[in-house]
Amino acid sequence: MLHIDALTKRFGEKTAVDSANIEVDKPTMIGIIGRSGAGKSTLLRMVNRLSDPTEGSIVFEGENITDLKGAAKRNWQSRCAMIFQQFNLVPRMDVVSNVLHGTLNQRSTFATLFNLYPQSDIHHAIEILDRLGIAEQAPKRAEALSGGQQQRVAIARALMQDPKIILADEPIASLDPMNAQVVMQSLRTIHEEDGRMVIANLHTLDTARRYCDRVIGMRDGRIVFDGTPAQLTTGVARDIYGAGADFSEAATSTEIETLDRSAKQAAEAVA
Amino acid sequence: MADIAFSSTQQSVSDIQSHYMEMVQRRRLYGGLMLLIFVVMMVAGFYTVNERNAGGFWEGLHQIGDYPADVLSEAWENRAEMPALLLKYFPALIETINIAAVSTILGVFGGLYLSLLGTRGLAKWPRLIPLFRRISDIMRAVPEIVIALVLIFVLGGGPVPAMIAIAIHTAGALGKMFSEVAENADLKPVEGLASTGATWSQRMLLGVLPQVAPNYISYSLLRFEINIRASAILGFVGAGGLGYELRNAMAWGPGRFDEAAAIFILLFCTIVFFDQLSSRYRNRLTEGQAQ
Repeated sequence: MLHIDALTKRFGEKTAVDSANIEVDKPTMIGIIGRSGAGKSTLLRMVNRLSDPTEGSIVFEGENITDLKGAAKRNWQSRCAMIFQQFNLVPRMDVVSNVLHGTLNQRSTFATLFNLYPQSDIHHAIEILDRLGIAEQAPKRAEALSGGQQQRVAIARALMQDPKIILADEPIASLDPMNAQVVMQSLRTIHEEDGRMVIANLHTLDTARRYCDRVIGMRDGRIVFDGTPAQLTTGVARDIYGAGADFSEAATSTEIETLDRSAKQAAEAVA
Repeated sequence: MADIAFSSTQQSVSDIQSHYMEMVQRRRLYGGLMLLIFVVMMVAGFYTVNERNAGGFWEGLHQIGDYPADVLSEAWENRAEMPALLLKYFPALIETINIAAVSTILGVFGGLYLSLLGTRGLAKWPRLIPLFRRISDIMRAVPEIVIALVLIFVLGGGPVPAMIAIAIHTAGALGKMFSEVAENADLKPVEGLASTGATWSQRMLLGVLPQVAPNYISYSLLRFEINIRASAILGFVGAGGLGYELRNAMAWGPGRFDEAAAIFILLFCTIVFFDQLSSRYRNRLTEGQAQ
């Protein structure tokens, strides 16, 4: 489905992504892990074509994405939804309008200016919100919602695009553990029920392990690991994060369960 | 998902959908009415003006290109003399830029005082804040050209009346912009300085100015650009500089259109030059130095 070949992005002297190769043949839930600055965001932004690659190519179902321009590029972006760390909603507009922004690629500027979305789209938007459990927030302004709710609105906007791929750039990095779990579970459900490909940048190992079918590790712009969560041993993780022997998975965790786990380990160690 | 269960019990989806649709319908109605009123007023206004106009809009529309075409064709015929003409009017250009520069500098100082005296929390005499605000309102309400005409009547033609007129307008306009920036300044340093027994001017100079300087400089540069245009226009009423030459060249009609074209080129290049220069500096001031 998706072939990323020798994809490179340079900012001046600095190479943010260094000839990345990724091959995906069926809709999978992929987690990309690595330290901040490892090039994870840059990679996702290039797939969405928010930024242009310096070298290399992205091919999706036989179509070369890297060369698309103008309307064709925007059409690709509508088929390849993106979710951001800071949600990137329009704060002063209501939740349903924000979700309806997922259809902007099919609507003219005039129609969107006067809020002329078809009734079926509006109903569909509210159904998506209901699926994510936030339908009763529909008429509120996006800025009035909590972080977890806002991220679910962003996911609803992505679903409104009816995309083949959902890219999630650190979707849970600004959320508390409970909301992080709800958001990750939503992404997993979308992947399982709708069969959409999900590629998520995560900076915690255990989230990747728990929700993803495949994990890609990046370090300093290079892909240093590509395999199943089971293959991701502590040794490999230390390599990805460039950490010393004192590194433990619990240290990067945002999961509530980890607290119990590490408490138990500590208790065992004492015993 | 965790909370679907309790969310859908409160309100069914179809209820939410119909409520939201009602809201959308209302918004569309208001939006449509606003658009209708806007269009009706525009069309009505256009017809009123067109009836009062001597020539009429549609009758005159096809002639709109005639004058520029005359100027361009004549300038093209005499293109060989263009460098000499550019050189001839260069001193007038310098005069125009000088008027703009001096009036910007004077206006910045005036605006600075007006803004500090007219900002709550900073003013030296808090009771007089409305007074200073009204002064700056009046200074920017009167168009430069009106002040210049009055001053030319009193002082005679030349660059000085233009300079004073632009400086007055600049002080009023910058006073407003500066005081909006100063309102958001942090008052803690000012309080700290007051606790050491500093005078009002010392408090302003050391406590407020460092905070607001980047914004003030950026507004001043923008104002300088505007003032170059203003001083060129004031030349039309006899205040010297490039505008004066341009009016002469244009008023004499055919035969001197090549000179008008040369002046247009000079003016255009100058405005582009200063626009580029100041936007580069303003970017650097607002975004911080690029590494």
